[in-house]
Amino acid sequence: MRADPRALRFGAAVTSLILATTLVTGSVWLLAVQAVAFALGVVWRSPYTMLFKAIVRSAPKYTEDARPPRFAQGVGLVFAVGGLAGYLAGITPLALVATAAALLAAFLNAAFGFCLGCETYLLIRRLLPAATTEVSQ
Amino acid sequence: MTGLWVALATLALATTIGVIRLRRDGRVRDGDGDRLSAADLGSGLGERATLVQFSTAFCQPCRATRRVLADVSDLVPGVVHVEIDAESRLDLVRRLGIMRTPTVLVLDPAGAVVKKAAGQPRKADVLVALAAAVPDERPASSHQPDEM
Repeated sequence: MRADPRALRFGAAVTSLILATTLVTGSVWLLAVQAVAFALGVVWRSPYTMLFKAIVRSAPKYTEDARPPRFAQGVGLVFAVGGLAGYLAGITPLALVATAAALLAAFLNAAFGFCLGCETYLLIRRLLPAATTEVSQ
Repeated sequence: MTGLWVALATLALATTIGVIRLRRDGRVRDGDGDRLSAADLGSGLGERATLVQFSTAFCQPCRATRRVLADVSDLVPGVVHVEIDAESRLDLVRRLGIMRTPTVLVLDPAGAVVKKAAGQPRKADVLVALAAAVPDERPASSHQPDEM
């Protein structure tokens, strides 16, 4: 499975915007929307990527492996769910920290092209060597 | 109001991390006295040097790094490129303190880690690191490092 890196950067930029707006407004709904977008990204159906493909018709100069960004969407989902739990339960520090962590990763990806979520993979494996992960091609 | 400050602080932190990362990524540093044997690698050491690359499936720059190292090992005689799946060799990952993929190690003929780079190294930097691993014969002088 290959991905258009331009679409991934675009998705990261939209994600950053939504997460930053969530922090500023404290809107649970906005974070819920982002959580759904992360979940769709995990199953190859990122709405932002689809939006990008609908707008930009040209083919990318090169493509990249879609598995790392997909894994990162899963990491983002974990933080978004944590943030939602924080907002809904009224645990403000959890809400802010979890949302900020997701924003940090999304912004690094949008602005610098670094995939922080991807890099947590080896660290997670170092901590949990017994965990078996399926890598779907 | 707190949320606004958290958002601003996060963006500032991300920018700082990003700039540091851009500068440091793939920079070749000196090795810290570790040694790898042919048994560790699961394949023979190169006559003059070995380029060891640790990769994972969820690693974007690993593919480009593989190309760079394969090019270099084709270019410089006696240099072998070995790619290791970090996940299946967590023992080595821990022993060598590897935190990220790709991480590239340059081994001398005896298997000592002479140079180490976390992130995608540039081809020219790998050639310079090889020259340090093989002090007698400088591979970079006989072959012009071409543009990437």
